[in-house]
Amino acid sequence: MKAVAEEIERQGALERIDGGSFASACHSPAGCGDHAGFYDVEAVRADFPILEETMHGYPLVYLDSAASAQKPFMVMEAEYAFYAREYANIHRGFYVLSQRSTERYDQARRVVKEFLNARHEHEIVFTRGATDAINLVAASFGEAFLKEGDEVLLTGLEHHSNIVPWQFLREKRGIVLKAAPVNGAGEVPLDEFIRLLGPRTRLAAFAHVSNVLGTVLPIAEMIRAAHEAGAKVLVDAAQSVAHSKIDVQTLDCDFLVFSGHKLYGPTGIGVLYGKEELLDAMPPYQGGGDMIASVSLERTTYAPLPAKFEAGTPPIAQAVALGAAIDYVTALGLDRIGAHETGLLAYATERLSAIKPLTIVGTAQRKASVLSFVMDGVHPHDIAQMLDGRGVAVRAGNHCAQPLMTRLGLPATVRASFGLYNTAAEVDALAEALEEVEVVFLQ
Amino acid sequence: MSDSVELYSKAVLDHGRHPRNRRVIADCSHSAKSDNPLCGDDLSVPLRIDQNDVICEAGFDGRSCVLATASASLMTEMLVGKTPAQAKMLFQRFHALAAGDAEKLNGGMDVEATQMTVLAGVHAYPARMKCATLAWKTMLAALENERNQQ
Repeated sequence: MKAVAEEIERQGALERIDGGSFASACHSPAGCGDHAGFYDVEAVRADFPILEETMHGYPLVYLDSAASAQKPFMVMEAEYAFYAREYANIHRGFYVLSQRSTERYDQARRVVKEFLNARHEHEIVFTRGATDAINLVAASFGEAFLKEGDEVLLTGLEHHSNIVPWQFLREKRGIVLKAAPVNGAGEVPLDEFIRLLGPRTRLAAFAHVSNVLGTVLPIAEMIRAAHEAGAKVLVDAAQSVAHSKIDVQTLDCDFLVFSGHKLYGPTGIGVLYGKEELLDAMPPYQGGGDMIASVSLERTTYAPLPAKFEAGTPPIAQAVALGAAIDYVTALGLDRIGAHETGLLAYATERLSAIKPLTIVGTAQRKASVLSFVMDGVHPHDIAQMLDGRGVAVRAGNHCAQPLMTRLGLPATVRASFGLYNTAAEVDALAEALEEVEVVFLQ
Repeated sequence: MSDSVELYSKAVLDHGRHPRNRRVIADCSHSAKSDNPLCGDDLSVPLRIDQNDVICEAGFDGRSCVLATASASLMTEMLVGKTPAQAKMLFQRFHALAAGDAEKLNGGMDVEATQMTVLAGVHAYPARMKCATLAWKTMLAALENERNQQ
């Protein structure tokens, strides 16, 4: 087992040298090499108290980080310490505690700004999550700038959160929704996407990584093409932000969203990045306190960015804890995390491919650490239930992406997803539990 | 697999893998279809109720997990010979059992209660309640849905 883990880390090292986030998968976990470890996974695991839990008498094997990642104690500690010593409502407090709290909240925004390499801090808007951020753009940008007949281009592999807000907008404004098709491997072919960009396309909104299949979309090329067609671009980075470095200036996307809880941070907080000139031109999303400059009963003027989009008391402690989560992954290194996970994905792909009735769904050339599969003759829910009996936590269902499931002709899949704390031994536990499923249900 | 074995007992696996009455009933008098979009399952339950108001044939068809399939298989075996009112009572008893409320099974361990006990393990898995009761709820809908009214 140890040799395998070392090899995985070595492969990751090679890919790191190759450069680029989302290194292509290696296919040979066997063999040996030098000890180019990325980080000490066991030491990292010690940062996550929940990984010491047992389920039904088995050690917890948590393979559902794509749904939500577990939290290192540094994140919990940051939230605790903030509440214990620095908490008050932010802004306009005349007492020192409110000023301290405000400073910590602003500092969290600076951390996010650095993390995404945004040009300005006020281009970072704190939201409740990625879903909230997309709804914000659909409501504010969409209702202000999109007219009947204007087109929004999505892809066929979007999460419901990047479909339904645009359908709301279609109801209100009569816009036209299009979706770039997905091929059999689970990829969105670039030429198909480009073909659907037209003179009426005002916005293209797409995932960086598929939450169901792990497909990494060629977003740099998609953004360039959309811009050439005169469209703005929103990138849903919910599934990529914990696995690869994102630079919004290099990408040149107009909007980018992600959730804190998939980045080892707390729930209830997410981020909308938007280019200054767009956020400036957009009307507020919600009305309330903090987002105004002055209010009379006749007329209200709005606060400058980013307060204009942060009505009401925001999730202050969660922003602070998100800052701690970003510090955590940054210290570990997103390229090293990505390489570690790429190695795990390759090893899992190999182990699971050896299970005869099992079919891996999604064979894109570039994949993040998500592995969807089905088993001939066994319903995904029964598989997930059996795995739970071995302490292995996976997700089964349509993963909030029904159009993609329809395209694939599958009612549901089982999905295992890997995070920075997973190990090759956990992949073995998954594979062994699946072999038992085969015995119980098919023999 | 310690805990899952309880749920996937021999009897459940037997019904789940070799379901009884999995068929379309062409001349059914009542039928309904339900789906659970979250798992992509869909299930139809056709019934034939004779002029004496007795269920003389019960079937099911569709795509579902082992639990839902086993539950549908068991249910269709139990329905034959019952009136719609008795079928509704049977559902109440099954629901109580699946919810872990065995006392509400009232009347002790008669033949039906024993048959249903096969699925009693589900009460430890609240997420699977929907699977276990899918066929039963479809059956209730079918009772309200006479074919010539469709």
